[in-house]
Amino acid sequence: MAITMTEAAARHIKDQLEKRGQGVGIRVGVRTSGCSGMAYVLEFVDRKQNGDISFEYFGVEVHSDEKSMAYLDGTELDFVKEGLNEGFQFNNPNAASECGCGESFNV
Amino acid sequence: MSLLQISEPGQTPEPHQQKRAVGIDLGTTNSLVAAVRSGSTGTLADLQGRHILPSVVRYTESGVEVGHDAWAHAVEDSLNTVVSVKRLMGRGLKDVSTLGGVLPYQFVESDSRMPLIQTRQGAVSPVEVSAEILKVLAVRASESLGGELDGVVITVPAYFDDGQRQATKDAAKLAGLHVYRLLNEPTAAAVAYGLDEAAEGVIAVYDLGGGTFDISVLRLNKGVFEVMATGGDSALGGDDFDRVLAGWILDQAGVGHDALESSSHRAVMIEARRVKEALTDNEVVVASHGDWSGEVSRTQFDELVEPLVAKTLRSFKRALRDAGVKAPDVQEVIMVGGSTRVPLVCEKVAELAGKRPLTSIDPDRVVAMGAARQANALAGNKSADEMLLLDVIPLSLGLETMGGLMEKVIHRNTTIPVSRAQEFTTYKDGQAAMAVQVLQGERELVNDNRSLARFELRGIPPLPAGSAKIRVTFQVDADGLLSVSAEELSTGVSSSIVVKPSYGLSDDEITRMLRDSQSSAVADRDARKLREQEVEADRLSDALTIALETDGEALLNEEEFNALVVELRSLKVVRDSGDADAIKVEIEKVAKASDAFAARRMNQGIRNALSGHKIDEFKES
Repeated sequence: MAITMTEAAARHIKDQLEKRGQGVGIRVGVRTSGCSGMAYVLEFVDRKQNGDISFEYFGVEVHSDEKSMAYLDGTELDFVKEGLNEGFQFNNPNAASECGCGESFNV
Repeated sequence: MSLLQISEPGQTPEPHQQKRAVGIDLGTTNSLVAAVRSGSTGTLADLQGRHILPSVVRYTESGVEVGHDAWAHAVEDSLNTVVSVKRLMGRGLKDVSTLGGVLPYQFVESDSRMPLIQTRQGAVSPVEVSAEILKVLAVRASESLGGELDGVVITVPAYFDDGQRQATKDAAKLAGLHVYRLLNEPTAAAVAYGLDEAAEGVIAVYDLGGGTFDISVLRLNKGVFEVMATGGDSALGGDDFDRVLAGWILDQAGVGHDALESSSHRAVMIEARRVKEALTDNEVVVASHGDWSGEVSRTQFDELVEPLVAKTLRSFKRALRDAGVKAPDVQEVIMVGGSTRVPLVCEKVAELAGKRPLTSIDPDRVVAMGAARQANALAGNKSADEMLLLDVIPLSLGLETMGGLMEKVIHRNTTIPVSRAQEFTTYKDGQAAMAVQVLQGERELVNDNRSLARFELRGIPPLPAGSAKIRVTFQVDADGLLSVSAEELSTGVSSSIVVKPSYGLSDDEITRMLRDSQSSAVADRDARKLREQEVEADRLSDALTIALETDGEALLNEEEFNALVVELRSLKVVRDSGDADAIKVEIEKVAKASDAFAARRMNQGIRNALSGHKIDEFKES
């Protein structure tokens, strides 16, 4: 089971952590809500939680939990630019359908 | 496809719940838009990576250009290129003509009282021009954030009056934007530094831009900001620094100031600006003009601009005095505006305040960034703490009372939103209507203040003078817009007015009005005292005349009657003497002389009221 991230994503997370002034990495996860069933969670991590499943890429720690991993296994976190807009994108092989905007998904 | 941003722990928004909110610094020369993304605040760039958008709009044959493209044509196509439109917002044609010959446009008078600017696409209003700038920033923002904007916070100078604020809101509406609120520029700067998270304290914001200087004193109390005082100089800025340095360069080069053609004048100004900017990081810079070239040291530059800096410090001290605080009470001083990069400015401000001013955020962007933080909070993206910001009104608001006096209902520097009520009464017996003239200013006499609006309360029931109770309520909302209502309390008849944008006041005028109120304080006080006595004398002679006509013959013998007539006559003479003290003495004399008459009238009144009734009847009731 694994979550990966691109170098661009890692670089941006590092920048953001630096600007924020604290935090050890980011947390990715899922929760049930949203128009298509599940929604992604993407947050700063100040303290590692018990039972966290952790990875490290390009010097950035990624934390998740077992429940989320059931939906996220094999997901790649990417940072993309679309014109002036920029942000993170989950490339999730488990997602059977996504809502139009990509903020929530179904497995 | 929406892209995700990193949230604070536990604060990932529900899908589709993240509101897109931005802050806009709609400046005279430049404008900026900023947003909070992944917890950090930053200004948004266009596709070329430029953050600053020159506040310039050009009407071309085929459409509208905004920003850098428009600016490039400002000289060759000046009639169709509008710069510094902010100075025209909410102004009448009369105000505009007092701005002097600096504006090259042709103005057209219009029904809306705001002047229209004649361009090749027809006449456009300042509101429309501002809307074009806002549209460009809004498109940039919605592209950057990946969707339509839910709302914006736009900053305005603290001294903007109702008309100028309303015009700014109208421009946003025209651009299709939802305005969460307008925010005072100094308050935005304080928010950008996160000072709202501190417990409490006094903060000064020193804003030295290209052409204007503003100083504001804010108080922070339990997370609430309150603007205590504002001041400044609308004709002092970095351009003046350039001008004195350019003059010095011309002296050194042995060139007369007047003999310059406009092109070489522009050249020396550009050179002066370059030297000024280079002196921020260097002790000595080489300047050149024509064949001349020489060194300018920072010490020399400091000497040249010292008088200008001293001027800003005087405004600073005055604002502190207005706010009722001493320099050591100021916890933080925030530097805003590109000209605060001049080291001497920082030094002198630090000296006055007794502490190093805050300069870590780019002084050109700090206002937009604060607006973005406020927009983010108002959109509900910041769940925990609600940021409540308060502003003040720059000039007192009040109404005209008898004798042409200004009665202040809300005093200047009162924090808004605010609602104040005051009771007034009628002046004449049976008075059925009352005119309410709404005034703005610090002076005692109506004529020296500015009239904002006028309305009438009709249907006051016929009552003796002084018996009707009319409550006048002044209300100023969070955006500084004023509504005034008057209600007659026994019948509930009421009338009200919302002060619509008409003529604006420049900060110059506000400064002048404040200065006048200081310099004419004694004359004003005396004028008020005199008018009050005159009004009182008129009231007394009217009342006495009526009393003599109705009851004089019945209640007074001939000698008494004639004595009072003489008194009345001499009161009327003294009333016009212009001597408040003499009138006062005379009023007291007449009042005393008519005491016995008044007592008899009262007794007669009671007797009339009681006659024909039994004592028991009164017991019952």
